[in-house]
Amino acid sequence: MKDLDSIIEQVEQRFGEAVEASDRPFGDAVLTVGRTRVRDVLSHLKEQGFDLLLDIGGVDGLHLGRRERFELVYNLYALESDLRLRVKVFVPESDMTVPTVSDLWMSANWAEREAYDMFGFVFAGHPNLVRILCHREFVGHALRKDYPIMKGQWATGTSDLRPDLERE
Amino acid sequence: MAGNEHIDPNELESAGPVREEPAAAREADIADETSLDDLDVEPMYINIGPTHPATHGTFRVFCKLDGERIAKAAVEIGYLHRGFEKTVETKTYALVIPYTDRLNYCSGLVNNVGYCKAVERLLGVTITPRTEIIRVIICEIQRIMDHLICVGANLVDIGALTNFWYFFNAREKLNDVLEALTGARLTYSYVRVGGLAWDLPKGFEQNVREALKTVPKAIRDVEGLVKKNRIFVDRARDIGAIGAADAVSYGFTGPCLRASGVNHDLRRKKPYYHYDEFDFDVVIGERGDVYDRVFVRVEEMKQSLRIVEQALKILPGGPINIDDKNVVLPEKQRVYSSMEELINHFKLIIEGVKVPPGEVYDAIEAPNGELGFYIVSDGSGKPYRIKVRPPCFYLMNGLKKLIEGHMVADIVAILAGLNIIAGELDR
Repeated sequence: MKDLDSIIEQVEQRFGEAVEASDRPFGDAVLTVGRTRVRDVLSHLKEQGFDLLLDIGGVDGLHLGRRERFELVYNLYALESDLRLRVKVFVPESDMTVPTVSDLWMSANWAEREAYDMFGFVFAGHPNLVRILCHREFVGHALRKDYPIMKGQWATGTSDLRPDLERE
Repeated sequence: MAGNEHIDPNELESAGPVREEPAAAREADIADETSLDDLDVEPMYINIGPTHPATHGTFRVFCKLDGERIAKAAVEIGYLHRGFEKTVETKTYALVIPYTDRLNYCSGLVNNVGYCKAVERLLGVTITPRTEIIRVIICEIQRIMDHLICVGANLVDIGALTNFWYFFNAREKLNDVLEALTGARLTYSYVRVGGLAWDLPKGFEQNVREALKTVPKAIRDVEGLVKKNRIFVDRARDIGAIGAADAVSYGFTGPCLRASGVNHDLRRKKPYYHYDEFDFDVVIGERGDVYDRVFVRVEEMKQSLRIVEQALKILPGGPINIDDKNVVLPEKQRVYSSMEELINHFKLIIEGVKVPPGEVYDAIEAPNGELGFYIVSDGSGKPYRIKVRPPCFYLMNGLKKLIEGHMVADIVAILAGLNIIAGELDR
């Protein structure tokens, strides 16, 4: 297993301009990748030994003044070499489609559902992209900065899980 | 079987093996049985939960049955979603600590430590040696308590009630120790950014040693009752088994991953708080079934006992809080007598600790697995975004795979063995 620097270098060489930035805030390695190529980069990283997808987290940068409003952060861990790597993707509000990785890691299935539920990221190719933490009748996305924290919604129906049995 | 001794062994051999492996027998069973598709009947759907006592919280497992076997399952969570991540965006960094208690409420102190450790990393401060060791001690006590609940409840769910009493006697003693330390029995909120709320009370070391003496006895009693118990082994062996590759793909961490034979423990792999200097073993299972998950936890308790013992021996003196006026509240006595300290106190309470802008992911080995906090700071006194990486969430994601093909009654055994804590699952 190679060290982190050579893995990052390899990704940069192979994916060229798709890798937008590579930095080390607080010692964590972070790769910023173009939205359309994220699946290819993650797939490559999986082959390089990052076999554990720990988490997918969304960030609404409405007040951060970054390049695009939304960010998706993939947290990877390589079990053999004990390396951590974060892959970050900027997602514009106008088009929140991101390719799914739920076929590469099973853990991405629910992680992507949560990111969809909380922020409205659309994972193209996800087998069952429905809300997971909020009620299915919920309107809007709760963790967006422009969702008022005190705004409650009545949601009382029981979800029919029969379609879910065949999906995933 | 009556009259077994009269059967000619040669005859038996020609008739094929007398006892097959349980798993193989089950497969043969499935192959022989008329399946649901052959019959002109409506499939039967059942709900387990959301308020079933064995769900240890509220979530719903929806099953399509083939006889008594689960043909397909769907899991619905979110019944305990309280908007942790949304709420904490409006609180100062210090005010988030009580909320973290309510994530995994079986081991609140570990959540406190995990959160404070992430914030401290963002702040770039190093806590004092005494606080580091105290945090190790409380984390390991909580790990024992969490495992006691998990294993005790798992056994009680499949009908072995006595073990629950044995474990809860020991847990009660540990609870008393933590009550003397923190004043609370469930939501401790004892850890602070940059240190601890207060120092150890008088006689704490002695109390811990006394309380921990009850744990090995409880473990011995329970092991004696269940380890080779035919009823337990039949209910737990090869039930809900998951291989190493699948467990990794599903994002399993902690005891459930180790039960599948993967040697991964953040205390060893990414040591924090001098865990690399402690002498303990990482417990690994083989088959990744309910039985292994139970006994990985039981063995981990023994290792935690060793760690606490070593930590008590090397517990250094000195201050518990870092010497940084921008992070830690001044002493009450000085607040009442000095104007500057009063202002400092006021600013820290109202505005919160000013954390430099940036983002950090920090994780610790919680009793359930990797508990991570991804914190984005915009430089103000309130976190811009906190993403919790709860170990349960990914264990629950794998539940569907674990239960399909098993009997309805096995759901309960599998579910309890994963140690799903709804507070952490739904946040």
